[in-house]
Amino acid sequence: MARRVAIVGVGLTKCSSHRRDVTYPELVHEAVSAALTDANLKHKDIDAVVYGAMDPFDGVFAPERWNVDACVGAGALNKPFIKLTTGGTTGGSVALGGYYHVTSGLFDVVLVVASQRVGETLEAQLVLNTCIDPIYERWMGGGAIMVGANQAASHFHFYGTTEEDLAMVAVKNYANALNNPYAHLQRHLTMEDCLKMRMISWPLRLSDCCPSSDGACAIILACEKRARKITKTPAWVRGAGQITDNYYVGDRPWFQDWEALSILAHRVYSEAKIDNPLEELDVAELYNAFTIQEIIESEALGFCEPGKGTELLRKGVTSMDGKLPICPSGGTLCTNPIGATGLFRIAEAALQVMGKADKRQVTRKHCENGRTRR
Amino acid sequence: MTQEEEILIMPGAWNLPFRHTAGRFASRFFRELRDNKKIFGVRCPECRRVLMPPRPLCERCFAAIDEWVEVGQQGTLEAFTICYVPFLGLPPPPIATVMVKLDGADGCLSHILSGVDLSDPDKAKDVVKIGMRVEVVWRDERKGEISDIEYFRPVG
Repeated sequence: MARRVAIVGVGLTKCSSHRRDVTYPELVHEAVSAALTDANLKHKDIDAVVYGAMDPFDGVFAPERWNVDACVGAGALNKPFIKLTTGGTTGGSVALGGYYHVTSGLFDVVLVVASQRVGETLEAQLVLNTCIDPIYERWMGGGAIMVGANQAASHFHFYGTTEEDLAMVAVKNYANALNNPYAHLQRHLTMEDCLKMRMISWPLRLSDCCPSSDGACAIILACEKRARKITKTPAWVRGAGQITDNYYVGDRPWFQDWEALSILAHRVYSEAKIDNPLEELDVAELYNAFTIQEIIESEALGFCEPGKGTELLRKGVTSMDGKLPICPSGGTLCTNPIGATGLFRIAEAALQVMGKADKRQVTRKHCENGRTRR
Repeated sequence: MTQEEEILIMPGAWNLPFRHTAGRFASRFFRELRDNKKIFGVRCPECRRVLMPPRPLCERCFAAIDEWVEVGQQGTLEAFTICYVPFLGLPPPPIATVMVKLDGADGCLSHILSGVDLSDPDKAKDVVKIGMRVEVVWRDERKGEISDIEYFRPVG
């Protein structure tokens, strides 16, 4: 029987192009210490650790070996410890792994950590190119940017989305990041600035693409019994899931929609008993590595009909003062330590539910721990 | 720690050569490119889709495949982007990466488009369009790999 699980502690590091002030384990320890402090726990209170990174970005194979002591001290060597790596989705995978650890009843309190030093690789796209099929598809140099750009070009063609729409996503996220002391890119950006930026891969300009960041993130998950003792503001996990897409990029040519995400959303909403996400959610933290992805994801997640994501955006529905703010943190667009990025999304969402998001806090209309209970 | 404190940087590099088998299916596909300038897909016995590039298993039906089908050397551009910045170790820009659905196939081949002026994004976006018809340009000296198709170009 699955047990209820809550996030009871969150730890983020300041992210930047190069965190040269700390070694890799020191960076990981910074996130772990912050999470333990947030939950008012000691390292001995942790029953198991789930760790994640995408090895080639760090130039270290099995970075968990380097970082194991940073997770819960030398004692981590004697605790159950597992590493998960699924490329850019690693951060989401570790959170799910930690969730399964607890909901299964095997462990009561689990530390989930993800880290990445993209700033230490000289060419992230070359690493990302190794993710692509080596027999048919890798030779032409595809990386993550090509996927994002294909999505944008298709959304332009089929739904009439424009460069101005993309710029609007960038302006919104950059403004939000100014309220987030942990965000990497911290600068005011105007529509005019965006439209003058260098073209990276048409139609994506520099401001449509996430940076390469150094950073680490940790969360602590606990079963219901422990969670209620640890904190007054647990962020309960109401639904969780993961899905895969076709292996060959050429098998999914309709880049304007994100079918796999749509299927997954349906599954998770059903688990969380959500019928109308736009009405029932207070905030969404999305993996918007490229501006267009925030628009496509808002459609796939059912916040609006396919092709109507730009309408939500233009009406301000997804702005900080809108009905459903997307990425109060500034999102992946302003901070991308790749293997940790998915966990940053979950951590940021938890901070919102806990009411600990400081200057980037949204109004909690439906939150279990807020004034209004469901 | 003070601002003046000097932080040293330790160099590192991964240079790991590999040799990937193409397996029986891709090998036959590449031999046909190299020896006969023909492009083959494979048909799933259950959903009847012609899969491109060829593989031994239809991932949708989980069915084993053994029927080979020659597809056309013209097709329709289904998705694209034009990259304008150089990335270390990747082909030099500008480069148009395209998804082409060859006539008779149900999936797209990932490839590049050439034979059009890509230098100015504002002009290129009016020339390269989803739905445009494109055709194969063969390399003279073929080696049995995907780049034996040198590039796709607009039809006509």
